[in-house]
Amino acid sequence: MAGSIGGVRNSSDLVIPASIKRGFPSEWVLTGLVVAIVVILSILPMLRLVQEIIAPGGRLSIAAVEAGLSNPATWTATWHSLVVGFGGTALAVLFGTAVPILISLTDVRGRSAFVLCFVTPLMIAPQVTALAWLQLFGPASPLLKLLGIAPPLGSRNPLYSAQGIILLLGVQYGPLVFLMVRAGLRKLPRELVEAGLAGGASRWTVLRTIVLPLMTPSIIGASALVFVSCVGNFGIPAFLGIPANYLVLPTLIYQRLAGAGPSALAEVAFLSVLIGVIAMVGIVAQDIISRRRDYRIATTSLPVEPFELGRYRVLVEAIMWLIICAILVLPMLGLFLTSLVPGYGIPLSFKTVTLSNYSFVLFDHAAAKSAFFNSSVLSVAAAVFAVLVAVPLGYFIAWRTSWWSKVLNLTVELPYALPGVVLAIAALLMFLKPIPLIDLRIYNTVWIILYAYLARFMVLALRPTVSGFHQIDRSLEEAAQVAGAGFVMRLRTIIFPMVAPVAVAGGLLIFMTAFSELTVSALLWASGSETIGVVIFSFEQGGDSSYAAAISTMTVALTLLLMLASNFLARHLPNGVLPWRD
Amino acid sequence: MAGLTIDRVSKRFGDYEALSNVSINVADGEFLAVLGPSGCGKTTLLRMVAGFEKVTDGRIIIGGETMSTPERNLPPEKRRVGIVFQNYALWPHMTVAENVGYSLKVAKVSRAERDRRVAEALSLVNLTGYGDRRPANLSGGQRQRVALARCLVSAPSLVLFDEPLANLDVHLRAAMEDEFADFHKRTGTTIVYITHDQAEAMALADRIAVMDEGRLAQLAPPRELYREPANEMVASFISQGIILPADVLTAAEAGHCRVRVLGHEVLVRCRPDESPRAAAKLCCRSPELEAVGPSEDGIPVAIKRVVYQGGRARVELSPVERPDLNLHLEQADPVTLVAGVEARVRIRTGWLIPEARNAP
Ligand SMILES: Nc1ncnc2c1ncn2[C@@H]1O[C@H](COP(=O)(O)OP(=O)(O)OP(=O)(O)O)[C@@H](O)[C@H]1O
Ligand SMILES: [Mg+2]
Repeated sequence: MAGSIGGVRNSSDLVIPASIKRGFPSEWVLTGLVVAIVVILSILPMLRLVQEIIAPGGRLSIAAVEAGLSNPATWTATWHSLVVGFGGTALAVLFGTAVPILISLTDVRGRSAFVLCFVTPLMIAPQVTALAWLQLFGPASPLLKLLGIAPPLGSRNPLYSAQGIILLLGVQYGPLVFLMVRAGLRKLPRELVEAGLAGGASRWTVLRTIVLPLMTPSIIGASALVFVSCVGNFGIPAFLGIPANYLVLPTLIYQRLAGAGPSALAEVAFLSVLIGVIAMVGIVAQDIISRRRDYRIATTSLPVEPFELGRYRVLVEAIMWLIICAILVLPMLGLFLTSLVPGYGIPLSFKTVTLSNYSFVLFDHAAAKSAFFNSSVLSVAAAVFAVLVAVPLGYFIAWRTSWWSKVLNLTVELPYALPGVVLAIAALLMFLKPIPLIDLRIYNTVWIILYAYLARFMVLALRPTVSGFHQIDRSLEEAAQVAGAGFVMRLRTIIFPMVAPVAVAGGLLIFMTAFSELTVSALLWASGSETIGVVIFSFEQGGDSSYAAAISTMTVALTLLLMLASNFLARHLPNGVLPWRD
Repeated sequence: MAGLTIDRVSKRFGDYEALSNVSINVADGEFLAVLGPSGCGKTTLLRMVAGFEKVTDGRIIIGGETMSTPERNLPPEKRRVGIVFQNYALWPHMTVAENVGYSLKVAKVSRAERDRRVAEALSLVNLTGYGDRRPANLSGGQRQRVALARCLVSAPSLVLFDEPLANLDVHLRAAMEDEFADFHKRTGTTIVYITHDQAEAMALADRIAVMDEGRLAQLAPPRELYREPANEMVASFISQGIILPADVLTAAEAGHCRVRVLGHEVLVRCRPDESPRAAAKLCCRSPELEAVGPSEDGIPVAIKRVVYQGGRARVELSPVERPDLNLHLEQADPVTLVAGVEARVRIRTGWLIPEARNAP
């Protein structure tokens, strides 16, 4: 079938001589380019990583695996990773399921504002979240000091613990579950609930026996995603775990690499594959469980009528906004206040308040200055490149469905599905030696970070673009084809303008994620190629929380500004592209 | 068993009045069909009876008990009404038996009793042996029968159907119609049945309520609805009635009066209180028109279209003097009329549509 369609296309090109020369070959050039990019960004690094484990230096050997398995630190870190992975997932699922049920099925007011606030932690970098909570609860907390309830200086921050890590992972990724469950609830036809009510079941029974079981596919899917994110998270266990010597796999990798440099590469390669395997097990388990529970809801109908809470409504609303206070307002307030104090442990007052931390990081500190520059350029470059690649790539995946377009899709998903540490180590291995043939050296430069960003975040632009393509009537392109436009011409004049809004929204997500990214850059940076995430991390490790807080406050402000600005784009976007739009 | 009283019910969604001042009395054990064009408020009415929507005005009484007033709305789970949805609304995560037994489980009926009643309900809809299947593995007709069994298992006194057959093909529809009729005869349950298929409504219902833009246009047995429509909307909506302008010449006598229509005097059926008036409307059904020979006395018409329908043809035509009026009639084989020519038709009789009175 595909062959005959191709044949029709070719012959129509033949009718219009101009397009023979440009249209047809350029399509193949572009296809080749797209495939090459995907291979370089996704397949090569993964192959290189696997090679390092099973055949270091070109000869088959399991020495690295043996060494890794016999090291007790490996087992401790694996155990810790599993503890925080499951703990964080459980908390996020609990949180991320209860909240959407409450706001989707009841008549509480102010939904969109609540969703915006509730989803914001997802858009804030984990290390910033960690820093904010640390500043909120620590003995030096300006907020607690203002209230006069700060613990004495020198006492231990309660968040430096496994429980602290689990709590923050739950807060960070709860919104992820929230988004998926909310989308699921929106698709729940109201008749399914009403049939239960008509059968005499109370709302509570209907929730327990009908709504929740029907939401299990969403919940399981979200759990897998959150588990992978928790296991791969670096920022939170780095800020909360390292001081308590509670190491998880990503922080163990970081410490080894920071301590021993490239000589530890074989060992960390094994560790990163271990994380990858744990993540894969999570994904596969989800796949198996959800295949057994395929409750696909086929009918379309109006969403469920909200349940009137009556006099409890105000109470529920109050609780909702208290949650927002706890997970968003207070930590960010703590962060902001810390950025205003002149030094560690000094109480905040009208006398002591200062902006010197901001001026220091913006103008005086060389590494911070270059970090602002590096992160801006890196995130913009990653976003622009991803959008440019996502449009033709999304086109192949959505409209030219064949086996290889599915493979392409999976390949692009892989570096994002796997924890960032895995990709970072793979990039290190690939570029430690200069690139053969052209003798280009990008190790220890900003380029290796750019490479890793491109590989990792490409899918953030690709996903909305593919769904954008699915919503566009394909005949629009076919009309242009009939009019004689070659492939590149169609891409430029028809396809790109149509999917531009979604692709740009994807680019925006990439920018926001990459701007204060830490996991990848913490492993790849060198002097001169610091990123904002790295600088925040270094300041905090060196005890300069106020500087770290000042930079973090600025990144949070930028994030919030972009979220608000994106509202202008929202009209042109299908639902669900911007996670914070309800 | 329980009767249903819908008493001057109105429903507003924001500024939009979906239902205004609807009153319907359904007797105990009656089969009422609700008929009307899309968007006229049928589903809204049903959802208010079930308790999913509140009434803005008026009352709903089921079995003598007031269920809905603007102030108080008994929740659906306390009403004991059964409901069958157009899209079946079977729970995909439960087996057929679990779907059917749900309300019994909720009511904490013992396991053995539950199994017995589920089996009974399934046999009632000819689905014995299907209990362990998943709804996803059933055909459309089977799914709708499961939905019916699910609603019957708790023996509700009032069952509501919202276009239950709209998703099924024509053959299945006929078979299911028989099953519904059979079920009604056997159990004597009060039924409110929404449809926009007139044939279905006529075949099943004791009485039919025709709705139009949120109002009750007429409530009558099928035959009366067809023969004596209360207003123009019902006349044209039911079986594509032909509406013609007429002048009433004589007062009603033994249910008939003389009218002048398209220049001809005809004796038509009418209400007993009719008296001579101008600008009245006459409703004719296509069998009440007949083509006559060119020499006979008849209305000159132009034939616009002839559609052969097997054994007979549907002929669309307009009077030569009133090309804005559309008439149609059926001619049995041999079909002699052809499009584009002139012919003569005679109106044998009709129904004089009562004068519109201001709503009481
Ligand atoms: N929840 C709602 N909010 C606002 N308007 C509504 C709501 N539900 C129904 N309506 C409106 O009320 C009117 C009647 O709707 P209803 O669903 O009762 O029509 P219907 O007669 O069942 O139509 P159909 O034959 O197409 O099913 C429609 O115009 C509809 O748009
Ligand atoms: Mg309806």
